[in-house]
Amino acid sequence: MAHVEGQQHPISVYLWIWGLLFVLSAFSYLVDYFGFQGYLRWSLILVFMLMKAGLIVAVFMHMRWERLALMYAILVPPLCLLVLISLMAVEGDYTFVTRASSFGQGSGVPVEHPYRPHGAG
Amino acid sequence: MTQSVLTSTGASPPLPEGLQGIVADWSSDQRAFKKVPWGKAMMWIFLLSDTFIFTCFLTSYMTVRMSTTVPWPNPSEVFALTIAGHHIPLILIAIMTFILISSSGTMAMAVKFGYEKNKKMCSILLVVTAFFGASFVGMQAFEWTKLIVEEGVRPWGNPMGAPQFGASFFMITGFHGFHVSVGVIFLIITAIKVLRGDLDRQRPGFMTGRKGNYEIVEIMGLYWHFVDLVWVFIFAFFYLW
Repeated sequence: MAHVEGQQHPISVYLWIWGLLFVLSAFSYLVDYFGFQGYLRWSLILVFMLMKAGLIVAVFMHMRWERLALMYAILVPPLCLLVLISLMAVEGDYTFVTRASSFGQGSGVPVEHPYRPHGAG
Repeated sequence: MTQSVLTSTGASPPLPEGLQGIVADWSSDQRAFKKVPWGKAMMWIFLLSDTFIFTCFLTSYMTVRMSTTVPWPNPSEVFALTIAGHHIPLILIAIMTFILISSSGTMAMAVKFGYEKNKKMCSILLVVTAFFGASFVGMQAFEWTKLIVEEGVRPWGNPMGAPQFGASFFMITGFHGFHVSVGVIFLIITAIKVLRGDLDRQRPGFMTGRKGNYEIVEIMGLYWHFVDLVWVFIFAFFYLW
């Protein structure tokens, strides 16, 4: 029977990550509070989101201390989802263009591109 | 391998690292995930499947939002609250985010105290985590009520804009809230097991003959951190976008 080791790390590691997650969440919220728009808004949201996700998976879920076999088995398959997202983005854009050209003009429905949901940027 | 002699403490020979380690682990003709309890590897596989489910929801939300010609309701305004005369955008969602992150912090520390066999601290932190989780669900119930009763949001339409808003919102946050609720129940069960010493006495758990040990606290933690992880993505894509 293989000896199984528990994940033992000093408590300061968790407290540090907790604090960082708080700060990053506050930054995410401030992006909305200050009303940043356009590419600045989306890139800031994505950067803070990915940093938070990375910290949670790496430290709280102990992924950085696991062996590569488990790391790759769990973290590589979700990359397939990027293909799904890209395909559906192309599809959504096509549907939008089709709707705009077929129903948009003179139908009384205001046409606004969804990339600019707040009407600015 | 030359280092096949077991020492008296029962320590295994060192496992190869890096890419060589991956090949060695997968071709070892034993279990592939070394140094990981069976239940933990299975929880990771479950979370992987859950990742696909939530991504399907978020992707369908992206598709309907991109393809609608009607303006999408501005989440910053929809989820704003007026507190003491001040109109604050998205404040409830921000509080919910901080609560869930705090619950993740207490959960991580519960796992640490569990492995130290500190029953008292471990169960206290588990109960605190469950409390944060329950208050998160409570705030979500408040948010849903406000949206349904005051703002008139329905899965098939709403007065603010694109009708797909309601369907996406109720589906995504509802499924996440369900995950949190299940997590709260299991956190309480785990806290009881820890507190009454089931894990020290290796008493078999619910529906299994396997001996109980403190790994179940870490497995519980994986699930709970995943719920927090999903919220990070929902917060970014649904509320902030």
